[in-house]
Amino acid sequence: MTTRIVELRQGILKKNDELARGLRSRFESAGVLVLNLVSSPGTGKTAFLERTLRELRGRGARVAALVGDLETDNDARRLAASGAPVRQINTHGICHLEAEMVGKHLQDWSGVALEQLDYLFIENVGNLVCPSSYDLGERIRVALLSVTEGEDKPLKYPTLFNSADAAVITKMDIAEAVGFEREAALKNIREIRPNIHIFETSAKTGAGMGAWLDYLAEAKAVKAV
Amino acid sequence: MHELSVISSVVDAVLDSLQKYPGARVMEVRLRVGALASVIEDSLQFCYGIATESTPLEGSRLVVNMVPVTVYCEGCGAEGPIESLQSFRCSACGAPASHVRQGRELEIEAIEIEEAEEVK
Repeated sequence: MTTRIVELRQGILKKNDELARGLRSRFESAGVLVLNLVSSPGTGKTAFLERTLRELRGRGARVAALVGDLETDNDARRLAASGAPVRQINTHGICHLEAEMVGKHLQDWSGVALEQLDYLFIENVGNLVCPSSYDLGERIRVALLSVTEGEDKPLKYPTLFNSADAAVITKMDIAEAVGFEREAALKNIREIRPNIHIFETSAKTGAGMGAWLDYLAEAKAVKAV
Repeated sequence: MHELSVISSVVDAVLDSLQKYPGARVMEVRLRVGALASVIEDSLQFCYGIATESTPLEGSRLVVNMVPVTVYCEGCGAEGPIESLQSFRCSACGAPASHVRQGRELEIEAIEIEEAEEVK
């Protein structure tokens, strides 16, 4: 018997990372801006996304969404009301989306071609931990946080907030009623991710949506680095 | 929460690398895990026991080496550790620093195997 040390030095999520890299270059060459939306369950990702899809369509943009969920297709049906093509990804118990699931659902999505889209949104499974490790090939990762969740949420989930490019605060219309401490929330987000873009929004009243849509348009206009 | 997916990927990768060493038994698997990788060592160990059952990895040790977070400071050019995961600031000048240099690792460093006797 001989004992031997074999150096492997490889990423555990190598397979996902490789698939994500492939997706990213497909997205870039098709000219579609892809965003990955991550939050806890109940933050209001779906309401925020529905309004985003509707308003972008109103501005003449071509949009579509992939929606991750453990079991149901309720969110996909809600989003479809915006008129945009929407496709459900059921993960059947898996707590996050993976690049392979995204690739598979893009492949046989009838009537939707990446080249004919301006924006593709991927709504991740409601979870602030696991999605942070899985690259989906997106250009912009968005972390969402509602005013009811507590201002210290970014401190409790630093991995996700640190890996995000933009932070969206949702349900601003009830901020006062729930005693939301705005300054503390903004400070905590920036403590984890200095220089992040922060948007304070309400899907109900439409507050803050303009700045968010302008940010998207600007990102779309800039070629990926 | 996704430790089982992570460990399943580890087992798959190790089995792949064993193809070059037919009949070998795995004694130890060493991982490098960043403090920002969102996985907990206890859960990794627990899942490892389950995922390695009836494989050449069964009974082997899982060693998890944690990697602390370091950031690069654009202001003063220093690279160093952060005080806590709740504050991404330069340890030299105290300015906010968002360039993470290490701490996101999720890697298999090496495996220790016992090779089978060569058949004459």
